[in-house]
Amino acid sequence: MSHPSVVAPGRPVELAEGVHWIGALDPAMRRFDIILNTANGTSYNAYAVRGERGVAVIDTVKIEFADEFFARLESVCRYDEIRVIVLNHLEPDHSGALPELMRRAPNAELVLSQRAPSILKALVRELGTEPDYTPVGDGDFVDLGGRRLAFVNTPYLHWPDTQCTWLEDEAMLFSGDVFGCHFCDDRLWNDRVGDFRFSFDYYYQHIMRPFRSFVLEALDKLETLAPRVILPAHGPLLRSRPRDYMARYRRLATPELGSGGDERTLLVFYVSAYGNTARMARAVAEGAEQVSRLRVSLYDLQMSDVGQFVDLIEEADGLAFGSPTLNADAVKPVWDLLSSLTLVSVKGKFGAAFGSYGWSGEAVGMIEDRMRGLKMRVPVKGLKVKLNPTEDDLERCRALGRELGAHLTGTAKRRVVDIAELA
Amino acid sequence: MPKASVTFEDIGVTVTVPAGTRLIEVSEKVGAGITYGCREGECGTCMMKIIAGSENLAQPSVLEHQVLSDNLAPRAARLACQAQVLGGEIVVRPG
Repeated sequence: MSHPSVVAPGRPVELAEGVHWIGALDPAMRRFDIILNTANGTSYNAYAVRGERGVAVIDTVKIEFADEFFARLESVCRYDEIRVIVLNHLEPDHSGALPELMRRAPNAELVLSQRAPSILKALVRELGTEPDYTPVGDGDFVDLGGRRLAFVNTPYLHWPDTQCTWLEDEAMLFSGDVFGCHFCDDRLWNDRVGDFRFSFDYYYQHIMRPFRSFVLEALDKLETLAPRVILPAHGPLLRSRPRDYMARYRRLATPELGSGGDERTLLVFYVSAYGNTARMARAVAEGAEQVSRLRVSLYDLQMSDVGQFVDLIEEADGLAFGSPTLNADAVKPVWDLLSSLTLVSVKGKFGAAFGSYGWSGEAVGMIEDRMRGLKMRVPVKGLKVKLNPTEDDLERCRALGRELGAHLTGTAKRRVVDIAELA
Repeated sequence: MPKASVTFEDIGVTVTVPAGTRLIEVSEKVGAGITYGCREGECGTCMMKIIAGSENLAQPSVLEHQVLSDNLAPRAARLACQAQVLGGEIVVRPG
């Protein structure tokens, strides 16, 4: 069976009348942005839309692929015909060719979201001049003559600047990274390429998942558009059953475990070398269990695959981490779990740290710093105990659990302290 | 030295501080949910909402004003790494 590529070197691909794909394929890519694996590369999808009064270029490509992009663009229009350059997302894989495009099309108006200008200024410093631009949001549009591009503000998919662009007459949604994936196939269309469902889900899980509340807000807007075609910035172009991909996103972004009503959840994780931090962990959990409307779970991380806890953490209200101090550091299983939390949103969750130590006890403070870095709230000062916890120490652990539980259930007493009392 | 009180709504803690204290000096110690990036007033990460007492904070600098503007900040927003307490009572919440 033949492999009917629709991409030819230096040639654009017509998607509809006056609408062309002018992007680039990167089949050799195996790891993207440090964190993402890809089995067969990726694509940088850029587009050109022609109206009666000029051409709009929507996104560009990674700088290494600029020559391909410009060759395709030049097959579609002259540079003096480019009326607007729309940037749905300014990450370098989509804005790499932007400075050169601005040089070649100096009269084109730059159109971007209202959060994008600070990034734009940093990206085009090499031009030596302050860029002119038009920030847009919901309800704004560009009239190309006979057809309009409207803009949909969809922030945090996956940067603050992200937006979608809507070609009204063709019902085409230029979605940026959302609904994209790292999957390179020169047949382009989703009904022609190989099976990319795993790439689609993988991309959501690693790029969009931390922003799932923003995904749901964006879907509320985008579903009402009912696009005929979704044109993402990476991966296959979605002309067949485009709404299925929106439905998939909604399913992926909707909490799986459901709400526990007014019950709050606390997960207590620990690693213990000699059983001391384990005893502290059990005492923290015991204390928390005394708080009504709080469900407490206790997990030993020693032999656990941290990946399995990420789903639980995404749904939990509070997290407590216990770690001994080894060589002035928290132990690796705890760091492994804490570093996995960039995959989900833990902003605003309550956290606490505790642990036994022999000499210096740095682990507790380090875990607290990490939790704050993850935008968690750490309302109870961490607890560290030198070696074997006494019954008094264990009671302090129970008190920590109770106090954390009180914060989780909204029953914490308001405190007044002097700054001198804070370490 | 004149004193002021800063309440962090998200954790229900009020801290008594000397006038002149910057909020960054307090919020991390007390475990409030305000987080910091550059700590120099450029990145906007530590944007917070002033619930009450905004008049008890020093006026924003030109830089802070620009960063708030760039980030489409609402009127009640300030950067915790820049906001300096003058006195009285202030109530804040992570932005």
